[in-house]
Amino acid sequence: MRQLIARRLLQTIPLLLFVSIACFALIKLAPGDPVLSFVTPNMHPEDIERIRHNLGLDKPAYIQYLLWLKELFQGNLGYSLVNHQPVMDQILDRLPATAGLMGSSIALSVLLAIPLGLTAGANRNRWQDKIINLISYIGISVPLFYLAILLIYLFAIELHWLPIMGMRTIGVHSAWDVVKHGILPCVVLAFGFLSVYVRYIRSSTIGQLKEDYVQIQYAFGATRRQVLFRHVMKHVLLPVITLLGMSMADLVTGAIVTETVFSWPGIGSLGMTAVKGMDYPVIMGITLFSALFLILGNLLADILYGFADPRIKSTR
Amino acid sequence: MNRTKWRNAGLELVRSKMGIVAVAILVIFILGAIFAFLSPKDPNALDALQRLKSPSSAHWFGTDDYGRDYFARALYGGRVSLMVGFSAMVLATTIGTIVGVVSGYFGGWIDNLLMRLLEVILSIPTFLVMLLLSVFLKPNLTSIVLIIGLLMWMNMSRIIRAETMTILEREYVLYAKASGQNHLGIIFRHIFPSLVPVIIVAATNNVASAIMMESSLSFLGFGVQAPNATWGSMLNNAQGYIAQAPYLALFPGLFILLTVLSFNILGDILRVGFEPKLGKR
Repeated sequence: MRQLIARRLLQTIPLLLFVSIACFALIKLAPGDPVLSFVTPNMHPEDIERIRHNLGLDKPAYIQYLLWLKELFQGNLGYSLVNHQPVMDQILDRLPATAGLMGSSIALSVLLAIPLGLTAGANRNRWQDKIINLISYIGISVPLFYLAILLIYLFAIELHWLPIMGMRTIGVHSAWDVVKHGILPCVVLAFGFLSVYVRYIRSSTIGQLKEDYVQIQYAFGATRRQVLFRHVMKHVLLPVITLLGMSMADLVTGAIVTETVFSWPGIGSLGMTAVKGMDYPVIMGITLFSALFLILGNLLADILYGFADPRIKSTR
Repeated sequence: MNRTKWRNAGLELVRSKMGIVAVAILVIFILGAIFAFLSPKDPNALDALQRLKSPSSAHWFGTDDYGRDYFARALYGGRVSLMVGFSAMVLATTIGTIVGVVSGYFGGWIDNLLMRLLEVILSIPTFLVMLLLSVFLKPNLTSIVLIIGLLMWMNMSRIIRAETMTILEREYVLYAKASGQNHLGIIFRHIFPSLVPVIIVAATNNVASAIMMESSLSFLGFGVQAPNATWGSMLNNAQGYIAQAPYLALFPGLFILLTVLSFNILGDILRVGFEPKLGKR
């Protein structure tokens, strides 16, 4: 087990290095001169050159990369071109909002997916299965922003139950207020990957129901509900862990869209503003941050899976 | 690729009601996109007196905030959405197939290199990169297709790689190798035909995700630019009028949903048809 973790950790290092090179190259290839954001109309060309020198932009690209990497290891992601704030601070500032949104929607989608998937699998090809199947088809096909707009129209504009956007009502400092603002974004984001889980749980339920232990439980007089929720569930939950790791990329995409529609003050909406304003250091910081999140997510999923199912230890 | 597989896929399609509905929807949308020019209304004609009119017999889907006929805009918007979706799919499928076949066929260090490259690309949040690239390259039809197509082939190549590796084990391929045929001959004559079903299924799903990507980009304001409409940008615009004119949001979103849904259903049906053993989920 320890070996597996060590090996996977070692594999992560070159991956991170390549990702950082890719990020750096992407920004280097971008049109526009970053020096221009420091230039005022009555500056001499020498001044501009001095700024360029101070920023290290007159050095060859690979030196710039190494310098950037050095700063990166010290936790410095550079400064925003727009408001000149440290990128790291901005990201950390926004992190709780995004983490809260992502965490709650993962929890919600897993909690919903388990009963839905088990029911569909146990009632294969009956009406329950067909309805759940249709729901999950719609789930993978609906654009999240469309769902968001529909829900905003229904619950915020028509029914006035929930606020339209943002995370807090100005002047109100209660947890309940944040929760109320968070319900719609959380539901929208959760819906985005609910279907994937439901389908996976459904097909592994179908597989598990053919196993001997299920027959034995029935022979001992267990009811269907007991077999499903006490025994089958245990085996079905396992692959969900890896699915969580695999859905990280969708989670990032979903968070960008959802946060933008709801003006949720997280990293996703920070990224959108940065892209619109061509704020390269912020974009680079967020890209690296999300890449780290994706890689660590996959790593964690692999390791957890290794704990949950020791059989894979030897094969990987 | 043999005739039985095609017949199975056809039978599977006819047998399932969902499949027929999906195909019907797609045919209607594609015809609508092709023959959009037959619509008597100009999608970009402004009419200040006809702003935000609800659906009526004169304007089937109502009018938008500039008084433009929303039905005509939806037709032309569909044209862009479908065209971008198809072109990006063709690009992604081509790259995915080439990388997958090369990786799976040659194996060794080539495979290793390509798969490591794939891992790097997969660990970068692609959607963020798409947004970024669409800011760099001034968004037009070609650049959008390139951006989406070039960042969507990764899963495809994984599927093709795995499939190529199983086909490599078959006797006729082993025989072809043993009899000294060159690599290209083996790939084109013996491997590629067996890959066609997998490619078709993956391509169908790829159209769905390409359309989804395009509409997400357009919705966020990074896609095809005004005055040309796509379903995504129509939704973006509708967001501002959600209280006065909810139908502006309802229609384009529904079209994206129905198109993507139909392609997804079609993809699953084809998969079951081509691989009856795996199918019948």
